[in-house]
Order: sequence, then C-alpha cells, then structure tokens
Amino acid sequence: MARFLLRRLVVALLVAATVMTVSFLLTRLSGDLAISIAGPNATQEDVDLIRRAYGLDRPLWVQYLDWMGRALTGDFGESYFFKDRVSNLIAERLPVTVSLGLVGLGIALAVGPPLGIVAAVRENTWVDRAVMLVALIGQAMPSFWLGLILMIVLGLNLGWLPISGTGSWEHYVMPGIVLSFSAIPSLMRLTRSGMIDALASDYIRTARAKGLSRLSILVKHGFRNAAIPVVSIAAVQLGFMLGGSIVIETVFALHGVGFLAWESISKNDFPVVQAVVLVLALIYVGLTLLADLLNAVLDPRLRTA
Amino acid sequence: MSALLEVAGLHVRFGEVAAVRGASLVVARGETHCLVGESGCGKSVTALAVMGLLARGARRAAERLAFAGQDLRDLSDRAMSRLRGDRMAMIFQEPMTSLNPSYTIGSQMTEVLRRHRPGATRAQAVDRAVELLGRVGITAPGMRLGQYPHQLSGGLRQRVMIAMALMCEPELLIADEPTTALDVTVQAQILRLLAGLQRDLGLAILLITHDLGIVARVAHRVSVMYAGEVVESAPTAALFAAPRHPYTRGLLSCVPVPGKVRRDQPLGSIPGVVPRIPPGFAGCAFRDRCAHARAECSGDVPRRAAGPEHEFLCTLAPDWARAEPVAA
Repeated sequence: MARFLLRRLVVALLVAATVMTVSFLLTRLSGDLAISIAGPNATQEDVDLIRRAYGLDRPLWVQYLDWMGRALTGDFGESYFFKDRVSNLIAERLPVTVSLGLVGLGIALAVGPPLGIVAAVRENTWVDRAVMLVALIGQAMPSFWLGLILMIVLGLNLGWLPISGTGSWEHYVMPGIVLSFSAIPSLMRLTRSGMIDALASDYIRTARAKGLSRLSILVKHGFRNAAIPVVSIAAVQLGFMLGGSIVIETVFALHGVGFLAWESISKNDFPVVQAVVLVLALIYVGLTLLADLLNAVLDPRLRTA
Repeated sequence: MSALLEVAGLHVRFGEVAAVRGASLVVARGETHCLVGESGCGKSVTALAVMGLLARGARRAAERLAFAGQDLRDLSDRAMSRLRGDRMAMIFQEPMTSLNPSYTIGSQMTEVLRRHRPGATRAQAVDRAVELLGRVGITAPGMRLGQYPHQLSGGLRQRVMIAMALMCEPELLIADEPTTALDVTVQAQILRLLAGLQRDLGLAILLITHDLGIVARVAHRVSVMYAGEVVESAPTAALFAAPRHPYTRGLLSCVPVPGKVRRDQPLGSIPGVVPRIPPGFAGCAFRDRCAHARAECSGDVPRRAAGPEHEFLCTLAPDWARAEPVAA
C-alpha cells in the first residue's frame, strides 16, 4: 500500500515536471512574445526594450531554468497586463473556480449516481432507456449553448437567478448546473454498469437470502461496490471541471482562474498563461492522486494487499 | 416426523424454458434431505423458488408450497424477506464470491440478526457471531470478525457462510452444492460440520448435490430429480438398497460402491444427455435414454409407492426390478 502510493507520487511529480516544460514551450511557440506584447503600433526600439525588460533576449534554456527555479519557490513573475504578481492574481481567482467546481461536482453527484442506480434497477425498461437518452443529450450539448439557454430562461424570463458576475452564491448556481452536465453522463453510465454487475453478483444473492431490506441490498451491498470506480472518476472529473471552466467562466463572466486564463491568452500575457496552466495541471495531478487514495480507502482488497 | 417444507407440483419457467416441471418434495423437521440429479435438472432452481430468490422474469407456480404450514405462494416480497435469513436460510456453491468484498465478516454476520431481531443490541449480535464462528470450527473468532472475505480461504468462507446462515436459528437450511468448489479434504470437514449442526440444533437441511457419495454419508432421505421432476424419493437406505426408477438405478450404477462392485467390473453410464424439454411435453422425460421405455411412457406417468415413504414416477410396476440387481 505504501509502495503503491509512493509509486503514484513519483509518477505525479514526473507529470508535473512535464507539464511545466510543455506550458513553457507552448507560450514560446505562439510567436515572438516581445512583438505581441508591444502591440501593432510599436517601433523596433519599443520591441527591443520589452525584450530586454522581460528577459526574452536570453537563450531559451536560460529562460526556462530561470522560470522553473522561480516557479518552484512559488514566484511566477509579474503580469505585464494586470501589473500585479501572478501569484496574487491566481490566489485571488482560484477560490472562485474551486467553488464553481465543487458546486458543479455536487450537482453532478446528486444527479448522476442516483439516475445510474435507477437505470440499473430498471435495466432494459423504458426507464433505463429514458435515463440513457438524457445522458446522451447531456453529453452532446455544448456547454456555452446550455449556459446561454439557462441565462435566457432562468435569468431573463423567470428572473430567478443573476445572469453574470461573482457577487453571491446565486451566481454559482447556473454555471454549476452547466458544469455538472459534463460530468453527469459519465458518472451515471459508470454507476449504471457497476450496479448491473453488482446486482448480478453472488454477494447480492447472499444479501437477498439473508432477507435484508431492498434499500440495504441496493445501497449498502450493491452501490457500495459499484461506487468504487465512481468515486475515483468523480475526483478526476473535478479536475476536468476546474480546467474546463474556462468556457463557462467566460460565458457567465465569473472572475475565476478560467476567466483569467482567457483574458491573458487574448492579451498574450505569457507569465499568467504559464502559471495558470501549471496550477490547473498540478490540481489535476493532485486529484488523480486523491482518486487512487480514495480507491484504496474504499476497496479493502487494495488496502491490505 | 412433521413436515417443515412441503412442495407439490412446482413449476418454474424462464420464458419458453421449463426448468422445473411439477416437482414435489417434503422435508421433515430435523432431517437431512438430499436433492440429487445431473447439472441442469432443476435442483438449484427448485431451491431458489422455495426461497423466493428466482431472477426477475422467472415464473413460479405450485399446487402447494408451504413452510411450517404457512403458504408461501401468495406471500409478498416483504413477507418473504422476513422469513429468509430468519426461519429459512441458504448457502451456496460459490464461497469465494458469495460474501461482499467490501464489508468485514463481522458486519455481514451481525446485520442478519439486527435485521430480523430489531431488539438485539450490537453487542448481542457480535456475541452471537463470535459464538457461531466458534461453533463452525473457526479459530480466533473474535479476530475473524474484523477480517475481510479476501483474507480467508474458500473453506473458511464457506464456514462463515454457514455461521451467517445460523445467526437467527433457522428451522431450515438449504445448502446448494456447498462443497463442490472446495478441496476434497475441506469437503469432508464441511459435510461433518453440517451433519453435526443438524444433529445438535435439530436443523432441517435440504442439501443439493450431484455427488452420491455425499448422499450416502449424510442423508436421511433422498429425492432424485430429472429434467425438472422429482422422479424418486425414499429414505436413504431404501433408495440405495432397492432403487426403483430406471434413472436412479442408472445413477447408482455410475458410482463404485466398495464391496458391491467388483474390481474388474466396468462402471455403468447413462447414454445420452438431459434433454431440453419443449413446452407442452407429455409423458416421461427419461424415456429416450431408458432401456425399459415402452409405449405407455408417452402418456401420463403414474406416481407409484414402493414401500413406506418410498415413491417413484414410472410406468413400471414397483416390483419390476426385483429380478434385476443394480449395475447389471
């Protein structure tokens, strides 16, 4: 168990190092940073000045090592657009994105697994087919489109919820719903197939032979086993949500990390872009590690092996 | 002996397939009753039908299906679940997969008592589990309660299943091939255990098996099943001494009996395989494999008495076999 976790930890660190390198290289590949920062009306002197000021005149490997070294100490440099430390910008925005992700995950967990259980219990009936159809539609629907529809219906027509901004918890409801749609279908399908396997298993027959209640058979004995992969996928889905919130934060003007990424990409604010990519990737790696850990906690066969 | 479980004219269908066709069976209080037959003859389905554990889509009908005088036919799912695990319990062929991998032995055992005896405290349930684990021959029972199924061997898991089935002191234990998946030495231990429990607790056991050696060792009474019907039922001694149904005789000729079968004598075999019975089939299902088949075998087959509590289902007269020894 300890060795298993240690191995996972080493893999996670390697992934993090790779992500750092790739995010660094991608920003350099997108063209001459000094020219794009200087803008279309800049003179050659302006560009040279900026190049020196941001250290872009140094060899690539020197820039890379310099950035890596600083990033390891939590120093991501300064945003030339926001005129602020990148670490401040991220620390300011991250809680918004994490809140949004947790709201989205909460909604997804409240909807996906219960629907999956219902579909499995009513396997091959119209209920099952209806649930699967809803999942298919949810998966196929573009999130920006769903976001706009919700804004029109819940925000404009019914006036129940604010349509944009970050002020109160109500601002998180609509984006949370939209975000949850990306996770509901997979959580539902995974629960359904896990439950179908579990319900056909010998230990469920034993639970029935023991005369246990229907609820105990379905939830305590069935879902407990079907939930193991669902929980680890949910952790990974949260990572997807945090990374994928860029579209939704933009649509709803939620000032989170995704919105920050969108702004800085459009301004070619490379220190911010690099840092955002790195932070989101690290969160994702951390959540994958958490998924492995949860698996081990939930499955006694892994725990004691 | 009073009847504990009475089954008469039991039919189970899975769509177009008739798995059990009019099976009848009586298990008396405190007896070990063996139900024998080849794979696919409907033994397990009969047991599951009695317990109300048939898969969805299976259709059950019976002329009589009673437990301790109570008609089980129209009992609701909820009422059946109150009986199961309490007054009638069942263990299965697959000890490796019949326990839930996610819960400890203790949790899985105590939940039975806490379900059926709502007044029982947690401590009482734990005490009962420890007592029963000891009773089924498991060492350090207190420590086992905290273990998970994957930490136990197949033989230990089957002992746990047995102990779990006994939590509420059931009157009937149905054991569906409980030793088939186990090593031969472990098989013998489990059988001895079941026989001891039966004796000490006055438990009735319906033991499903295809192994006639097991039958000879533990059964008080035997019912032989073929193609969804019980074709012969008798006290064990009477059945082994004077089997009447040609199928029973065929089965017995397939096993070597020390002192009865000579060293150089070839063992018997029954030609053909168990047929798939089409809907609307009439007459004896064994007739295509039977050396004594006659024209009458296509019509209604009479139930004949061959002695006290010895019945068989055949067109042949009860004394037909007197001239013919088994394994001839």
